[in-house]
Amino acid sequence: MMEKVLFGRYVPADSLLHRMDPRSKLIIIFLYVCIVFLANNPWTYLILAAYTILMAGLSKIAPRFLIAGLKPVLWLVLFTLLLHLFFTKGGEPVVQLGSFAIYEEGIRQGIFISLRFLLLIVVTSLLTLTTTPIEITDGLESLLGPLKKVNFPVHELALMMSISLRFIPTLMQETDKIMKAQMARGVEYTSGPIKDRLKAIVPLLIPLFISSFKRAEELAIAMEARGYRGGVGRTKYRQLNWTFADTGMILLLAAVTLLLIVFRG
Amino acid sequence: MDISLQNIEYRYQADTPFERLALSDVSLDIPSGSYIAIIGHTGSGKSTVLQHLNALLKPTKGTVLIGSREIRAGRKEKNLKAVREKVGIVFQFPEHQLFEETVEKDICFGPMNFGVSETEAKRRASVAIEQVGLTKDILEKSPFDLSGGQMRRVAIAGVLAMEPQVIVLDEPTAGLDPRGRKEIMDLFYQLHQDKNLSTVLVTHSMEDAAAYADEIIIMHQGSVFEKGTPSEIFSAPQALIDMGLDVPEVVRFQLKLEQAFGRKMGKVCLTAEELTDVVASFLKGGNPS
Repeated sequence: MMEKVLFGRYVPADSLLHRMDPRSKLIIIFLYVCIVFLANNPWTYLILAAYTILMAGLSKIAPRFLIAGLKPVLWLVLFTLLLHLFFTKGGEPVVQLGSFAIYEEGIRQGIFISLRFLLLIVVTSLLTLTTTPIEITDGLESLLGPLKKVNFPVHELALMMSISLRFIPTLMQETDKIMKAQMARGVEYTSGPIKDRLKAIVPLLIPLFISSFKRAEELAIAMEARGYRGGVGRTKYRQLNWTFADTGMILLLAAVTLLLIVFRG
Repeated sequence: MDISLQNIEYRYQADTPFERLALSDVSLDIPSGSYIAIIGHTGSGKSTVLQHLNALLKPTKGTVLIGSREIRAGRKEKNLKAVREKVGIVFQFPEHQLFEETVEKDICFGPMNFGVSETEAKRRASVAIEQVGLTKDILEKSPFDLSGGQMRRVAIAGVLAMEPQVIVLDEPTAGLDPRGRKEIMDLFYQLHQDKNLSTVLVTHSMEDAAAYADEIIIMHQGSVFEKGTPSEIFSAPQALIDMGLDVPEVVRFQLKLEQAFGRKMGKVCLTAEELTDVVASFLKGGNPS
């Protein structure tokens, strides 16, 4: 059922992107999300797209798989496109049907915004596809480290994140299992009237909630039993290490940013 | 109702980097009224086979015949409800599927999904609750106020109330105490005999397989390793032990005894009573039967 969802999955491989320090990847993603907004004409979008395709290539993840994984979000992209087509006014009307019109600006904005959307999804997916959840949390904890000075609970936040990420696959498995159990009892999830399908969510959600609460409690007890007392004085088993490649990749992004600033209209 | 799997193959997450071959070229028959045990290690594909029995999974190659319904790889299937009404599955830890406010509503959930009227569903619920060895006053309680063992029984009652013609059990006794195990296994055997219910038991327990099944199918790495009656399967216990599978205590004892005495007793025994007779005559020096 949920096998096709790409976002949030890790695909093990040996590539440059996989080997990079999670901190540099997080910094790059953060900057990327900002510079996406610099692009405002075909040239700048081309630069961004080229950069994104390069990154996808460096990840050594099969393009076929990446594209298949984008399918579920295509609907959202399409929706954005249509929204702009119909509601953004400006420039010459291209199509005129009575009081309804599609404007030049609408087409432009529609294409740009959906492209921006797609690029963002690809790049953020690349992060999770090439970085294990535990690496991401380690990276975040290290990056947010300075905030400890102002008593921000960095360690607790990182722990919460890693626990929730850790349980995503478990939750997926459980969803699949309970779905099948209810299907065996005559529930239809994939066909039938929408009303019935919506109702069918109840027998799925209630068992999921119950088992999640139970699991949270068990986990808390297990952690306490092993003497967990929070982050103070804890050493790390996994060491992060920043290499030349990390600096290089950040410089590459800086160059892209510069290009964007130069070429934007 | 007969079920037959014909040369099926199943791949999880086909066409992704996570693709995994779970079953290859599996063929097996479950004739109406039979009791079949499917045995194998974790990851041998037994749970995958089970989900083909009521079309929860569609094979990536091959054909599944469920009664007169044919489910073939690569074809869109509509209206599988009719199939699922006839083949009830009790999943591993079925108590996880409970969700209603009262036990009665939860038991009625299955039958009513298949179009049974409310009065009929309630009648079935009161029958089913006693079949699983609970009392009717439990019907009004919330399933979440019950003990683990009771929840398991309620969940089983929920499947029985569908009145399936075939019942598929995935480790139905996992996590129960020995007495609870025996009661549940006896309950299913009773149903199998009284109602001529075809039963498929997926289990790790060789003891249960030997005690109840007419036929045992051993799965290994996604294919059928061996099938036969319990006495056929256990006539070569060493092969099973070499594969890392358990054999029933009785069989193991006989094997050790034969090894210690350096000669065969002629017949494989599956129950303590049988073995006692054979060993007694063996020790008296008489000819083993």
